[in-house]
Amino acid sequence: MNNQHGKPTPIGGPIMTPVMKICLGLAAVSGLMLIFRFLVGLGPVTNLTDGHPWGLWIAFDVVTGTALACGGYAIALLIYVFNKGKYHPLIRSAILTSALGYTLGAIGVIIDLGRPWLTWKLPIFFWTWNLDSVQLEVALCIMLYTAVLWIEMAPVFLERWETEDSKPKLQAFARKWTPILMKAMPWLIALGIVLPTMHQSSLGSMILLAGPKLHPLWLTGWLPFFFLISCIAMGYGMVVLETMWSRTVYSRYRETSILNALSPAMVVVLLVWVGARLLNILAAGKIGYAFQLDRFAILFWLEILLFLAPAIILMMKPTRSDRDRGRLFIASGMMVTGGMLLRFTSYWFAYSPGEHWNLYFPSLFEIFVTVGLVAAEVAAFLYIIKKFPILTGRPSAALPT
Amino acid sequence: MKISRRGALKVAAFGAATAAGARKAEAREKKEAPADATGMLYDATMCIGCKACVSACRRANSLEMEAHSRLYDDPIDLSANTANIIKFYEGEDGTSFIKQQCMHCIDPACASACMMGSFQKRQNGIVTWKPERCIGCRYCQVACPFNIPKFEWNSPTPAMVKCQMCLAKAGTTTEGQLNEVGQPACTEVCPREAVIYGPYEELKAEALRRIAENPDRYEDHVYGLEEVGGTQVLYLTAKGIPFSRLGLPELGTEPVPALPVGLQHTIYKGFIAPVAVYGVVAGLVWRSRRQHDKAGEEVGA
Repeated sequence: MNNQHGKPTPIGGPIMTPVMKICLGLAAVSGLMLIFRFLVGLGPVTNLTDGHPWGLWIAFDVVTGTALACGGYAIALLIYVFNKGKYHPLIRSAILTSALGYTLGAIGVIIDLGRPWLTWKLPIFFWTWNLDSVQLEVALCIMLYTAVLWIEMAPVFLERWETEDSKPKLQAFARKWTPILMKAMPWLIALGIVLPTMHQSSLGSMILLAGPKLHPLWLTGWLPFFFLISCIAMGYGMVVLETMWSRTVYSRYRETSILNALSPAMVVVLLVWVGARLLNILAAGKIGYAFQLDRFAILFWLEILLFLAPAIILMMKPTRSDRDRGRLFIASGMMVTGGMLLRFTSYWFAYSPGEHWNLYFPSLFEIFVTVGLVAAEVAAFLYIIKKFPILTGRPSAALPT
Repeated sequence: MKISRRGALKVAAFGAATAAGARKAEAREKKEAPADATGMLYDATMCIGCKACVSACRRANSLEMEAHSRLYDDPIDLSANTANIIKFYEGEDGTSFIKQQCMHCIDPACASACMMGSFQKRQNGIVTWKPERCIGCRYCQVACPFNIPKFEWNSPTPAMVKCQMCLAKAGTTTEGQLNEVGQPACTEVCPREAVIYGPYEELKAEALRRIAENPDRYEDHVYGLEEVGGTQVLYLTAKGIPFSRLGLPELGTEPVPALPVGLQHTIYKGFIAPVAVYGVVAGLVWRSRRQHDKAGEEVGA
C-alpha cells in the first residue's frame, strides 16, 4: 500500500474505545426514551406548546443540523463549480459528515412529527402536493439529498467489498455496480450541489411564513439568501474543524495550507453576508430595531459580529504556520457559531406567538434525545472512518483515544 | 496560494444569482373570497357572555369539557378541546366579551403551509382539516397569525383541532352539512344574535351598516375586513375598546403567505431555474472530472 497524501485509507485500530462506548450508551438511552415518546405523544415529554409548536428538535436537529452538514456541499462547490481539484482529498470525509448529518436531521423530523406514520405519502402522493408550501420543497429536497449523499458514499463501501474474496456475492455485487455508479456519478454530484442550494435557502423562506410572529429584523425576503450563504460558511468551517480534529486525534497530517488558501474566498463570502444583512435592514427601514435595548438587538449584533470577526481574522496577515492554524480554527468556530445563531434566532429566539405565551426552553428529555442523536452520529462516523477509506493524509501507527 | 479574482467573482456571482429571486419577488395576486363564501359576524356590544356557544360547540364537535377551577367547564384559552371560546375583558375603558375561533382567512397561512393540502379552503370558503394527509408537522401552527390550529399534545395519534364552522367536526374528516340546521352550532344557539352566520358579502354590508347607523356605539373598524387580506369571520367592538385589547392581534393588510410564497414562486417559476442550474452544474462537474481524469487523479465520491 502506498500512503500518498491524496489516497484515503481506513484508520484501523480498535472500535470499542471509551469514546465509542459513551456515544453508544447515550444513543441507546435516547433510543429507549423515544419509545416512550411515541407511546405518550409529544406533550408529556417536551416543553412544546400550541404557541411554540417547534422547539429544539426542529431548530437544532433539522434546521441547524443539516446546515452543519453542509461540508459536502461546500467542498463539492469548490471542486466542481470552482474547479479546484486540489480539494479532492477533503471530499470523502465531508460527504460522510453530510450524509450522517442529514440522516440525523431526517430522524429528528420523524421524532418531531405528530403523525409520522403518514410520512410515506409525502414523496408518493404527488397529486396532493401543495406547491405553495415552502416546507414541501424543503422536505422533498432533504429526502432526496440524503439519498444522494449515501449513493455518493457508495464507492467507498463498494471499493472495500470488491477486495473481499471471502464473500463472493458481495464482491460480485460491487463489481457489477461500481462502473454503473461511476457513470452516474457526475449527474449525482450535480444533484448534490443543486439540492442543498435549493433547500438550504428555502429553510430561510420557510420561517417567513411565521410573518408577524417573527421579529422584523429576521422577517425579510433576503433571509433565504442569508441562510444559503451562511450554510456554505458553516460547511467550510465544519470541514476545517473536522480536518484539525483528525489531525490531532489520528495524526492525519492533511494539508492545512489548502484550507488556508480558501481564506480569501471566505472573506468575500463573509463580507458579502455582513454587507447584505446590514444594507437590507437599512433599506427596509428597520435599523431602528437594531438599536432598541432588547434581546433582539443583542442577537442581531451578535450575529453580525460572528460573521464579521472571522472575516477580519482571516484577512490578517498569516505569520507562522502554527499560529496560522489557530487563526483558521477560531475563524471557523465563529462562522459555525454564527450560522447556528442565525438559525436558532429565526426558528426560536425571534419567534414570538404573542405576549401571553411563555418563552420556550427545551425540556431535559428534548435535550437528551438530541444529545443521543448526535452521539449516534459520532459513533457511526468513528466506525466508518476506522473501517473504510475515508480520511486522506499520512496515517500514523500511534492511535490515541 | 491565492484565490484568483475570477474565483472571488464566481463566489459573488453565485450569491447574486441566488439573491436575484429575493429582489424580484413579485407581489402575489390578492385573493378574493370565493363566490359561495359564508362567514360569521360577532358583535361584542351584543354578547352577554352566556357561553351557550362554547357548550354548543363542544356538543357539535364532541370535544371534552375543560375544568380549570371548580366550575364545570371554564376553558381559559383555545385548545385541542376548545375550538370556540368566550373571553371577558375588563379595563379602564370598560368591559367586553370576545369570542375566538378560527377566522377562516381568505388567504389562509395554514393552507399555504400544509404540504399535502390537509388544511384547505373547502365548501363556502371554510378552512377545514383532513386527517389522512396530515403528518403532524405543525407548520400550520407556526404560520397562523391568530394561533388557531391546536395540536393534541397528549395523544400518540394527535389530530389538529380548530373551528370548521361545523362543516366538519373539529379534528375529523366527516364533512357534511352545516350542523343539520344549515349553520354552525354557535350561531344557532346564540340568544342575542351576537354572532350570526350568513353569506360573507351580506355580513360585510351588515357590519358596515351597524357602524354607520350607530357611530357612537362602535369603533369605526370592522376587524377582518382588511386584516391579513381579509377573514370570513368579522368583528365589531364597542367604542373605546380597540380590538387589540380584546386579544385580536394588530395585523397588516398583507396576507401572511404573500412574502414566502411570492418569493418561492418567483425563484421556482415553472421550475426553470433549478433545471437550468442543474444543467450548468452538471456541465461544470463533467468538465472538472475530465480534467481530473487527465491528470490521472482518482475519481469517486
